[in-house]
Order: sequence, then C-alpha cells, then structure tokens
Amino acid sequence: MASITKPLVPLVHLDRNDIGLTVRDYEGAMSTLCAGCGHDSITAAIVRSAFELSIPPHMIAKLSGIGCSSKTPTYFVRGAHGFNSAHGRMAPIVTGANAANRDLYYIGISGDGDSLSIGLGHFAHAIRRNVNMLYVMENNGVYGLTKGQFSASADIDSKSKRGEANMMAPIDAVMMGLSLGATFVARGFSGDKEQLIPILKAGLAHHGFALVDVISPCVQFNDHEGSTKSYQFTREHEVRATDFVPHRDEILATIPDDDAVSVTMHSGAVMRFRSVPEDYDAADRISVMAFLEEHHERGEIVTGLLYANEDVPDVHELSHTSGTPLAGLSYDKLCPGSGALAEIQENFR
Amino acid sequence: MTFGSTRAIPAMHDVGIHFNDFAVKLANVNGTGSASANTLLMRAIFRMGIPVSGKNLFPSNIQGLPTWYEIRVNKTGYTARALEYDLMVAMNAQTYAADIGEVRTDGYVLYDSTWPLASELIRSDVNFLGVPLTTLCVDNFDAARERVLMKNVCYAGALVALLAIDLEIVSSLLEETFQRNARLRDSNQLALRLGYEYTRENFECPLPFRLEAMDENRDKILVDGNTATALGCLYAGATVAAWYPITPSTSVMDTFTTLCRKYRREALSAPGPNGEVEYQNNYLILQAEDELGAIGMVLGANWCGARAFTSTAGPGISLMSELLGLGYYTEIPAVIIDVQRAGPSTGMPTRTQQGDILSCAYASHGDTKHLLLFPADPAECFDLAVQAFDLAERFQTPVIMLSDLVIGMNDWVVPRLTWDDSFVPDRGRVLDARDLEKVTSFFRYTGEDGDFVTPRTLPGVDPKGAYFIRGSGHNRFGAYTELPDEYQEVVDRLAKKHAAAAEHMPAPVIHLRDGASIGVVSVGSCDLAIREALELLEDSGVPADYMRIRGFPFSSSVRRFLDDHERCFVIEENRDAQLRSLLTIETRIAPDKLRSVLVYGGFPLSAAHVVDGITSQLEN
Repeated sequence: MASITKPLVPLVHLDRNDIGLTVRDYEGAMSTLCAGCGHDSITAAIVRSAFELSIPPHMIAKLSGIGCSSKTPTYFVRGAHGFNSAHGRMAPIVTGANAANRDLYYIGISGDGDSLSIGLGHFAHAIRRNVNMLYVMENNGVYGLTKGQFSASADIDSKSKRGEANMMAPIDAVMMGLSLGATFVARGFSGDKEQLIPILKAGLAHHGFALVDVISPCVQFNDHEGSTKSYQFTREHEVRATDFVPHRDEILATIPDDDAVSVTMHSGAVMRFRSVPEDYDAADRISVMAFLEEHHERGEIVTGLLYANEDVPDVHELSHTSGTPLAGLSYDKLCPGSGALAEIQENFR
Repeated sequence: MTFGSTRAIPAMHDVGIHFNDFAVKLANVNGTGSASANTLLMRAIFRMGIPVSGKNLFPSNIQGLPTWYEIRVNKTGYTARALEYDLMVAMNAQTYAADIGEVRTDGYVLYDSTWPLASELIRSDVNFLGVPLTTLCVDNFDAARERVLMKNVCYAGALVALLAIDLEIVSSLLEETFQRNARLRDSNQLALRLGYEYTRENFECPLPFRLEAMDENRDKILVDGNTATALGCLYAGATVAAWYPITPSTSVMDTFTTLCRKYRREALSAPGPNGEVEYQNNYLILQAEDELGAIGMVLGANWCGARAFTSTAGPGISLMSELLGLGYYTEIPAVIIDVQRAGPSTGMPTRTQQGDILSCAYASHGDTKHLLLFPADPAECFDLAVQAFDLAERFQTPVIMLSDLVIGMNDWVVPRLTWDDSFVPDRGRVLDARDLEKVTSFFRYTGEDGDFVTPRTLPGVDPKGAYFIRGSGHNRFGAYTELPDEYQEVVDRLAKKHAAAAEHMPAPVIHLRDGASIGVVSVGSCDLAIREALELLEDSGVPADYMRIRGFPFSSSVRRFLDDHERCFVIEENRDAQLRSLLTIETRIAPDKLRSVLVYGGFPLSAAHVVDGITSQLEN
C-alpha cells in the first residue's frame, strides 16, 4: 500500500525475499481511501505477508466485490491479476477461477456489507465447498461508500454517527464460518499489524477456505463514541485467543520451549502460535465456539488464529479434479472424437 | 359409435385406409409410469423407419396431475404438433371430457372399460374402444404397484394391434430396456401381450389409419435437445460448468455430468498418496447456490482460461442479468444455455415459450448487448453449442443459446450427429508467454483487430500479462476512469465489436418459393410447424418465402430478406412480439412491414396456428 507517492529509487536498503523481490514489488497503486482507514493497514499487512512468503506476484489472483474494502486490491501486489467484480459476487467468481486454475493463490477481499448482506449466500457456499482461498473480510460495521448506513455486522445498541442505535442482531462472520465448517478461521484487528501479518500468512499457506475477519474501523462513519467497531472500543475490548510466535523463531526449527504449538500447513510451512488462555484448543471447533460465545456475552472481541484444520479436502480433492489446472488441459484430451460420438448415438435408436 | 365390443368397427372400405399419417394423443395421470410406455411406442415407430414425433405435455408436478403425450406420424416428415387427434388413449378420468372432445369426427377413443364410461361423455361421431386394462392387470399381476405400471404397457399392446406397430420391434425394445432385470422384462412382455391379444380378439385390427414400415430413419437418431446440447458442450471442450437446477434445463447438466464421467475421467497409473484415488476428472461441475453464483463461477473460470458454461431458464436469466453485464463490460467469454419456458415470473415451468428473446438480447442494466443463438432442433443444439464457445472466445463476451422446452425435453428424429476430428476450437485472441515477450507492455483493451477485439491474457501465465479487470468505468488501458472521453472510447468499441459479430453468427436459413410475395420470419422450434404451414399455404395459393434467423446480432442477409419483401409475418411464441421488436430496433426496418403471428399459450406451435394466423391477416 502506498498512501503517498514513493521515490522510484528507494532511499533505504530494502531486503529481498527468496525470489529476489523487495516489499516494493508487492505494493500497488496509491490508496484513495480516507486517511486513517483501517483498510489501508490491512493492505499493508497483505503486502508484507505476500512478500515474506515469496509468492511470485503473477501467481496471485486478487478479487473483490464492491465497497470500500473491495477497492483495496488495487493497492497491493500490482503484479498480480486483479478483478474488481460486482457487489457480493466475489466468492463465486473466485470459485470459478479456482475451478479453472487451481495453481494460483486466491486472495478475496470483501467487507461486511459485501459478504454479510448481498453476498451472504455466496460467502456461505464458498465455505461449504472449501474453496482454496484467503477470504479477508474488512469489517467496519457500516456502509462507507453510501455514507454510514449500518451493516449486518453492527452490534445491537452500537451507535451510528448521527447517534441512532442499531436494533438488529448482528451476523458474526467468525461464528458463521465456524458453523459452516470453514477450515481456517481467524480474527484480526487492523490496528495490530504484528498479529495480523502472521494470521494472513497462515491463511495464505492454508489449504482450503481461510476466513480472516479483520475489525477495520471506518474513521469517517464508525469511529466515534458508542460505536463497537471503533479503534478505541476494539483496543479496550480485545481478548486474544492465540498469539503468534515471532517470525524469527519460526526458522530456528528447534523444539518449542515456550508452550508454542506448531501447525504444519499443507504447503509444508510451519506456523507457530501460543494459546493465550492455556487451555485454548484451536483444533476443537465446539470449544472454540463456546469460548467465542462466552466472550461475546461480555462484550469482548476475541482475536487470533481461532480455528484451523489442515486435513479437509478442498473442492478439487472432493471432486477428484485433474492435478493439471483444467484451463491447461489440451483440447485433444477433452474431445472424445467422432468414434465416441457414433458410439453414443447407438443409444439414440 | 362402438362400445367396448367387437360389434361395429366401420368397415375399411367405408373410410379408406391411410398409411403413416395420423396423430395419437395419450392422456395420462403423471407419476403413474406412462412415460416409458409412451416413449416405447414412439421408439418402435421410429425403428419402423417412419417419420414420427413425440411431445410430452406435462405438468409442473411429480404425481397426480394430468399429463399428455402426443405422437404424430407423417410420412413426409411434417411432425409438428397436430391439434386434432385420430386416436385418443383416455387414461385419465379427470380429463375424459376435454380429451374426448379433441378427437376428430370418426376418430377413436381407447379407454379402460373396467369401469363404464359415463353416458354424457359419449360422442356419437366417435368410435369408442373399451379395453379392460385394470381387470387384465389385476388378473395377471400380484403386486399393487405392478398392476398400476403394467396398465401402461397393456395399452401400448393395444396400440400395437390397432396401429400395426411392429410387435417384434416393441418386444425387442423391452428386451433391451430390461436386459438386467428379468422379472420386470417378463412382466412387461406379458402386459404387452395381454393388451395386444385382447385388442386383436375384440376389434377389427388394425384401424383404417395405420403404419407401414418405411426406410426414412437409417441415418437418423432419436434425441432430445438437452442431451444434444450437453454433447455439444462436451465436444466444444468445456471443462467447468456451474448451474442451479431449474426446469426445463436440468437435463442439460445431468447429461453433461453423465458424459463427463464416461469421457472425461482418466485412470491414473499410480494411486494417490493414500492409495484411494485411481482416477482424475478432467472437468468440474459446480452446483451453485443460485443463478447469481452460477454465472459468477462461469465468468471466473473463463477469466482463468477454461471453457465454462451454465444452463438455465428464464428465471435464471433474470438473476444472471447482473453479471452478464459484468461479462459484457469486462469482456469475459461465457456460454449460457437458456432452455426457455413460459413466463413471466414462475409462469408455467413445464410449458414452452420463446419469451426470453428481449431479456437475453439486452440482459443487464446500462447499455448491454449480447450474442444470441437460436437452434431449431436437437441437431442444431449440438452444432450451435459448439459454435457458442468459439463465438464467446472469439468476441470475448457472453453468448446465450436460446433453446426451449419443446426442443430440450422431447425426443426428436434428427440426422445423425457428425464430428470432424480435425476441428480446432477458436480460442480467440489470447497472448501467451511467448507473445508477451515480444511486447514492451500489455494493456487489456488496446490493440483491437478488425472486429474490435483486443487480446487478453490469462492469470498465472506471465508477469507481464497481469492486469486489473473491473466492472467499474475503465479506459482502454484497463485503468479506472470517470472521464467521459475515456469511458466512451471503451463502450463505443464494445458496440462496434457487437456489430462486427453479426457476420460471424450462423447465417439465416432461407427458403424461397416461386411467386412468393410475402415473407415469413421466425426462430427456433417454430420451424417444423412453419415448414408444414408453408406447404399448406402454397396449396391454397399463397406461396411464401421463409427465413429462419439463427443468430443475433442480425447479419446483413437478415436485413436483405426483410427489404426484399413487401410484407413479412414474424411468427413467434410470446405475447409481446419480441423477435419483431428486436428486428425493428436493430435493423431499423419500417415496423409496418412486419406483422405478427403470436402463439404463447404454452403448448408447441402447430401448422394450423401459422396458416390461420397468416390467412386471417391477408383477408383484412
């Protein structure tokens, strides 16, 4: 993300990743979002994550729907293939793209309006299919581009900028993800990059549907007193389920002596995190839901890697799809030919 | 009038004998197993080498409502729907009165004489043939379900006797159908004989109208349009399909699935890591959450370079309209099969119409135009489905093939499908890594060819090919814009691209007649009835030229045909004259030149509709 134009020649030394690229190679166009928007911090975290994972930019497909959040794919990884589609429809478009080419890293960017209202059905069904993608929900509780209407993630009694209280029950993306069987569920806070970057990296490394709900305050319409999606409220009410062991420890490959749990991702990468409450078990879906419910009752927001299961087949494995991307199969492999057509027609007599 | 006995079938010399020219209607209750008996009869006639059609007029229901099957035999091949029947097989007491009313004078009614027919149903100008079907089945079968099912095969046996259907052929069809179930085979064979023998013993058989073997079907097949469409998609090389179940298009995807399991499943030489996988599928079929999702998946897959399609009906087109606009504006290929049914709203899901012409032509908000294809029968469904993928990729835009329920869900006798093994699909302008090496930079909407098509790249192929695609305003470099000139430059090219596609669409089929002064214009499944009507019109001194349009945008030959005729009759199956509207909007022909004949009640068109519709307007 660049919120200001940067000099073409870097003033400071920039580290190179395993494929020789600098973090600058993972940036995108200048953001046109409001100064202080949480989404820009998420963009920066995505830039960092893709850089650190050394993903070739053109192997990334970044897709979005419509809304403030959906503008952000322009702001990261300019060398990736991007698709800013229609309101709520990002999930099926990724599903189709992934059906055609299973080799790409799919990053879907959505918001609470895009995913929890107009695109709720698509969101649910992409989870069901376990589409191999990172699904980032930039969650601010309001419709920003249309100037501050409540979204479906707004909490009961949360106040709008004009002081009206929301009376409708919220849809909690994390609880939905868990109940629909999402294979990777995390919640982050745009104000906490140290936690968000490892979450996004883990989500990218995850094989299957990785849902990352990121509380991302809207400075323009939902960052006031009385809002439950403001910077202040989130900071004051955040409870960590898990914490990540810093990046440098990851490569030591020693047996953890700090209570850290190692999760080997499908790609072979190892993520190490530590449960903050000692008995938190990120592999036990039912207890995770109970933990979240308990804290929700107290008005607290649980963050961290909440749940992960690396052993669930994705839509291709469930369907026994060819290992070669379908888009790459040659026509002679696909057309049964005149002989088969004659044979088929024997049944048409 | 005869009544359930040998008593008085009119002697043959009184009525004259007609071979291979009659219509039979079978009135049934749906969910009772009549469909297989009815298709059995149709297939047997087909195997006798005689031109025949079978039309299933069924309700949107699983069990208990009236359903009809119509068989028309015509030695010259005119097998569109008839409106009068020579023989009615009245198997549904709920609809006796209406069914008996549709029999022509001196025609016949076959009914189950286990119960007497109410006296008010009797028509003195019609012959009644009572066969005690229920009694025969109760006497010969034990299981309750079997007694119901076998009644159908039993009346089929009666028709074999009455119409001189080749008993050997029917019998061998039963052998083929039940080759894996000896018990069912025996029951069916027994029921067939029971009906056949009772009828032979009690009535003078065959009836004055009857069958005589021909040799017209040697190079023909019996196939429904949805099956042929699925075959077309298979042969076109479609690898991704996404859909939401909807009548009457569901069997497109059901058949595509069956075909893929057979022809796209590849055995792996080595089992997978856990030893569990022995094959891989060179396809992926996604049953979507709704039609919004289905078209989204199709666009996503095509964006990534797979040939992907969806099949749907009118209500699905309504939902897909949003993303059809996205596909049009971002220039992503897509193939949509619309098997039309009667609208508006839910309308009549199991009745036919050509009611989606306008909504498909301009689907989506803003200025949008799509490419449309209009097949007339299953054989053309196959050919045009293959062509749809080529056109979609050539012009990088959605292509909608408008089939309909009559084509899609009925068995038609059509020429055997053929395939040229040297066929190479037209994948359109796609730059691969080698092409990109030669250019300094790539911008999505620059470098247009003579058809105003710009080259695209596929995600993941090459870093230089990466671009950002958006449904929001963009300039020719693909960048976001709100500037009038930049925006207009792109949408103006899209209009030119659409116009340029006209000459690449399948040409209209034009039949000219000597002395014709009027023209007849139509699309799709109206064809058969119109061709028959044109013969009848010529016989009555009104020769007419005929143009069947097969694609939109309209080619110059379409405009020429309209120009060459003082007056044209546009025949279509919808209330609002949608094809006529599209012609007047797009060709700017004087609207007064185009008269409409509209048949939109939901049942297939018959020649009588066309003849009456035209002649009544000529008299005015």
